[in-house]
Amino acid sequence: MKSQTLPFTGTPEQAAELQKVIAELKDQPGALMPIMQKAQGIYGYLPIEVQKMIADGTGIPIEKIYGVSTFYAQFNLQPKGKYRISVCLGTACYVKGGDKIWDALRKKLGIGEGECTSDRKFSLDSCRCIGACGMAPVMMINDDVYGRLTVDQLDGILAKYN
Amino acid sequence: MKTLEELLKLKAEAQAAMAQKTRVLVCCGGCTSSGSLKVTAAFEKEIAAAGLADKVQVVKTGCMGLCSQGPIVVIQPGNIFYSHIDELKVGKIVNEHLMGGKPVKEFLYPETVADPDKILAMAETNFYKKQLCLALRNCGHISPLHIEEYIARDGYEALWRCLNEKKPEEIVQTMIDSGLRGRGGAGFPTGKKWLLAAQQKETPKYVICNADEGDPGAFMDRSVLEGDPHVILEAMTIAGYATGSHHGYIYVRAEYPIAVQRLEIAIDQAHKLGVLGKNIFETGFDFDIELRLGAGAFVCGEGSALMTSIEGNRGEPRQKPPRSAEKGLFQKPSLLNNVETYANIPQIILKGADWFKAIGTEGSTGTKVFAVGGKINNTGLVEVPMGTTLREVVYDICGGIPGGGKFKAAQTGGPSGGCIPADHLDVKMDFDSLKKIGSMMGSGGLIVMDEHTCMVDIAKFFLEFTVDESCGKCVPCRIGTRRMLDILNKITMGQATMEDLDKLEELCSHIQQNSLCGLGQSAPNPVVSTLKYFRDEYIAHIVDKRCPAGVCKKLVRYTIDKTKCKGCTMCARNCPAVAISGSIRQPHEIDQVKCLKCGACMSNCKFGAISKG
Amino acid sequence: MDMVNLKVNGISVSVPKGTKIVAAAHEAGVKVPTLCYLKGVNEIASCRICMVEVVGPRGNSLVPACAQPVKEGMEVLTNTPRVLDARRRTLQLILSDHNKKCLSCVRNGKCELQELCHEMNMDDEDHFKGAQHLPPVDDSAVHMDRDNSKCILCRRCVSMCTNIQQIGVIGANNRGFNTQIGCAFERGLGETSCVSCGQCIAVCPTGALYEKSYIDEVLAAIADPKKHVVVQTAPSVRVGLGEEFGYPIGTDVEGKMAAALRRIGFDKVFDTDFGADLTIMEEANEFVERVKTGGVLPMITSCSPGWVKYCEHYYPDQLAHLSTCKSPQQMQGAVTKTYYAKKAGIDPKDIVSVSVMPCTAKKFEIGRDGQEAAGVKDVDYVLTTRELARMIKRVGLDFRSLPDETFDDPIGESTGAAVIFGATGGVMEAALRTAVETLTGETLARPEFHEVRGQEGIKEATYNVAGMEVKVAVASSTGNARKIMDQIRAGTAPWHFVEIMCCPGGCVNGGGQPQVPASIRNFVNVPKLRADALYRNNEAKTIRKSHENPSIKKIYADFLGKPGSETAHHVLHTHYVPREVC
Repeated sequence: MKSQTLPFTGTPEQAAELQKVIAELKDQPGALMPIMQKAQGIYGYLPIEVQKMIADGTGIPIEKIYGVSTFYAQFNLQPKGKYRISVCLGTACYVKGGDKIWDALRKKLGIGEGECTSDRKFSLDSCRCIGACGMAPVMMINDDVYGRLTVDQLDGILAKYN
Repeated sequence: MKTLEELLKLKAEAQAAMAQKTRVLVCCGGCTSSGSLKVTAAFEKEIAAAGLADKVQVVKTGCMGLCSQGPIVVIQPGNIFYSHIDELKVGKIVNEHLMGGKPVKEFLYPETVADPDKILAMAETNFYKKQLCLALRNCGHISPLHIEEYIARDGYEALWRCLNEKKPEEIVQTMIDSGLRGRGGAGFPTGKKWLLAAQQKETPKYVICNADEGDPGAFMDRSVLEGDPHVILEAMTIAGYATGSHHGYIYVRAEYPIAVQRLEIAIDQAHKLGVLGKNIFETGFDFDIELRLGAGAFVCGEGSALMTSIEGNRGEPRQKPPRSAEKGLFQKPSLLNNVETYANIPQIILKGADWFKAIGTEGSTGTKVFAVGGKINNTGLVEVPMGTTLREVVYDICGGIPGGGKFKAAQTGGPSGGCIPADHLDVKMDFDSLKKIGSMMGSGGLIVMDEHTCMVDIAKFFLEFTVDESCGKCVPCRIGTRRMLDILNKITMGQATMEDLDKLEELCSHIQQNSLCGLGQSAPNPVVSTLKYFRDEYIAHIVDKRCPAGVCKKLVRYTIDKTKCKGCTMCARNCPAVAISGSIRQPHEIDQVKCLKCGACMSNCKFGAISKG
Repeated sequence: MDMVNLKVNGISVSVPKGTKIVAAAHEAGVKVPTLCYLKGVNEIASCRICMVEVVGPRGNSLVPACAQPVKEGMEVLTNTPRVLDARRRTLQLILSDHNKKCLSCVRNGKCELQELCHEMNMDDEDHFKGAQHLPPVDDSAVHMDRDNSKCILCRRCVSMCTNIQQIGVIGANNRGFNTQIGCAFERGLGETSCVSCGQCIAVCPTGALYEKSYIDEVLAAIADPKKHVVVQTAPSVRVGLGEEFGYPIGTDVEGKMAAALRRIGFDKVFDTDFGADLTIMEEANEFVERVKTGGVLPMITSCSPGWVKYCEHYYPDQLAHLSTCKSPQQMQGAVTKTYYAKKAGIDPKDIVSVSVMPCTAKKFEIGRDGQEAAGVKDVDYVLTTRELARMIKRVGLDFRSLPDETFDDPIGESTGAAVIFGATGGVMEAALRTAVETLTGETLARPEFHEVRGQEGIKEATYNVAGMEVKVAVASSTGNARKIMDQIRAGTAPWHFVEIMCCPGGCVNGGGQPQVPASIRNFVNVPKLRADALYRNNEAKTIRKSHENPSIKKIYADFLGKPGSETAHHVLHTHYVPREVC
């Protein structure tokens, strides 16, 4: 699991909401998961700051919370962007220069695998073959597919997303 | 509400209300993904515009089963069956059918209008006529959002009778007599489970519904939860009364938000009506239900892992004994049944154990819902009496293999199950018969495969799933399944030796016998059964370095037939690896060293000159 | 008691209902190998090494002996080809994801996994091959490292930290093949509120967890002619060290240990017991003062640095209850570099003060603020009992043939009160011996306080001292400390004086003591055997009260004045800081 890279931008309102959730639920048996699910609803993900708030509020060790958060697929430790970019690094795309697209995007956005830009606009993931080898190299932004990509097209494509 | 008369009065009123109107039933189960919500909205709009609002009722139902034909719309009376409906077709249906009384034949499910002189009702079509819906009996027929519609179809009568006319031990005995076995996978006798829970002295006790349906491809539990949520609440309350419990949990996958929402609504309605919560039917019996959401872990479908998860931990199973009936949730006696199992219970109470026992086979009574998918014409949910043959399900009900393809095998039981080859097409689909031939019922996933399926690849697919979903607690599953996958990868890459195959078999039996929980113990099943029936395919991969089905990329060769190639260069231009050479209007050639086996050349060739094998 | 009759490999045994097969087999004289199972600590049946066959009507089944309870008439087979084959495969699977660099492993020759391989005649450790984890070593903590490439995920450490110590800074993260033991957000252990107790190391079957070793540094100091290297040894070391040289658990090797240290080349061999007597003088005085002046009660002992750190992290609002006394190690170190340095005419800067401790938290303690009586660190290096054993082996001493020798003066003489510090309740008993005589002004006829002895996690007693009811409590393990502290925080605690030790059973069972394999630990009360040896040592001593130690009297006369004096405060007392839970 990757460590956190984006600064935490939680608001006092969000913290108050989480405190309310914790106060409401913490005396229920087995409250941890419902609290974590609500916390993710409030923040979109469960960074260390949020898990620390849960730990302090419930008295549950933060390691236990982290252990739970990394066990279940639905808990996110990284925020996701408004636009989720996934670059195919399957063999066909890789040979056609998918790695160059990947490197260029990382540089342009200033983020690495699984991370999110500081304005929360884009998050970047690599993926395995999406079955569009004939159009290699390929990337997807949310549900849009872009094929036969070159590095100099990227600025134009990214500019379409606001 | 207290007396049976009050309940029956409510039932009569609901039935009358439903009969009064023309009902447009829109499947809002799986069909939502093909756009049924838009269809519903269009119907509501057009009906209002046509001034029919007080004569026609649009009902969002749960899954109707025939998913490949979605979105499905059924109009009552007559059970007129429309398939593949989109919002553009709605206007015409409203005008001609609802206003004019003439069904729009061109939009009807083709089989219903095969005879030009009459229109078949939905239940008369091949897909439905061999089915017997017990667990799914209300799905597609009622609005899951209205408790009255559930009551109109006998809802909560079983609970009333239990609380007012039966002793807890009589109910347990009925369960034992019915022969009902758990529908979640292992097929443990439900009555025995109830008896064990009822015998426990420690309190509090918990009644739990396992709604963490995780087998890829199986969605019958989701259909019940979304289409008939009250049946679960009623059955759990009966279970609570029978075993001496006052607190229930439903553990639902987080991937089923609609089910969660409908359950929340149902719980709220049941509270208001006094059939859930404190002093149910004013009998003094209390029982309440709490929803808990999973968070994406297949292993939580295993009973002890599910309970560990409700307790707020990593969903790791624990060693048994002690059994959950003795020390389950929060270390207290717990009764856990799955959704489909609960869905049978109110009817067993109302109609009796003998009625239920008469359905199915001797060892496997009642019906089973299968989620049929893969290379099959009618994909969807099929509920048939236990003991129906695989052939009946595949050919009679589901219409066989698309394009007249050849049936190669079917996988039952998902990643925990095994494959059934064509030789066993006449196997009876019940717990014991399936087990005998090396498969298992599991939760009822049924994936059909044709000759274009590589059995090694399929086994690898399921194992990848298990490796991803292993909790990591015990050694055989955590490391063993990973080692199996390592070997399967080698086999599909053409790098394995026969010694690897020996190790693979060694691992299979080791993991089955030594793993801590059912997930681990059954993880090797897909490999074991494909090895049993398709060993020659493994050997082809290993010895001949060949994938007979042409699936395993590393072992596939794409070749250009020089006599068919026109030299159009399409293949070369689409090749990501620049592996194809040749001059324009001259036959092209593929450099096998450079070829990535992506298949782009073949799909771009207009002359059928490229083949793989 | 309900008894159950069964057969293990044909041998009939009768055991209490609820007994697990592994224990029933032990009764029958049959050893079932285990790996993850640690009685009372970790009973999760995850490693599957202990599988045995149970004869059944529909064929025999394999069950984990550590978790399966016995049944009347049960027939258990522990050594059939099927069982042996199953164990072998499981072991091979473990080895396929294990860093098998055994020759340079700290546990070489003392590893439970290695021992299993030996017992099972493992001849193919590479039978299964494939992806393997080689994570970097976590060396962020001051007292220990974690090398997960050697971890077999038995989770004994996690259970110890979470269930027994109830701290929970380590746990299982991620899932499936990617499961790893670690801290939240993959931080290093040093960034958490770990209290450094080292109980995780004590229960680790392999070389995944080990103390930060300072053997090289200490040997280098000894080799440096400019340095005057002195050593002190804690009470518990003498009853643990022998285990590393083949002596039975609970053997007191005080004399040979002193001889070994001298032969390693330490210039002076002192005894932390002297520091313990000093601690009693100060602590008893502090207690009497608190009682007389209405100070904060209950007063809680501060000898155990793991406990002190625990209190700072988890009960920062209750620090006023802690005695301000330094621990015996730090008192001993402090008087070494002040009193002894002056007497011997050596510049404290030239003294290298080494301690041998049953403890890993001591490695943390020497770096605390307020532990520099002479302006330099009171103690420079802490070695665990295990490290001392390794050092003895490295320099080539034949430990068993060494003569018995004694400690050096002037800070080597000690009493029976000091030596029982190593057992839970020992500090309380020693303090009572002195405090009662101080308060009553009378000599105790018998200096034993049996009520505070024994292995229970929490012990309570009430004594009538000079007309006053003195209520005391003794707790060992931070899990039990939590129970005590919650009462103190809630204001419902009835006690005047409380002893808390971080490790279950006290220092004899410290995180720096020789590791006892589960195959023994599951059937023997190790802390008790070691504690018994300490009480025997006490019995053999003619002086059993700290205030009667002539060397103690002398240091007060020559240097400290009287207990609680300004000098005593400067040299022997310290302060505490609130810390966060993280």
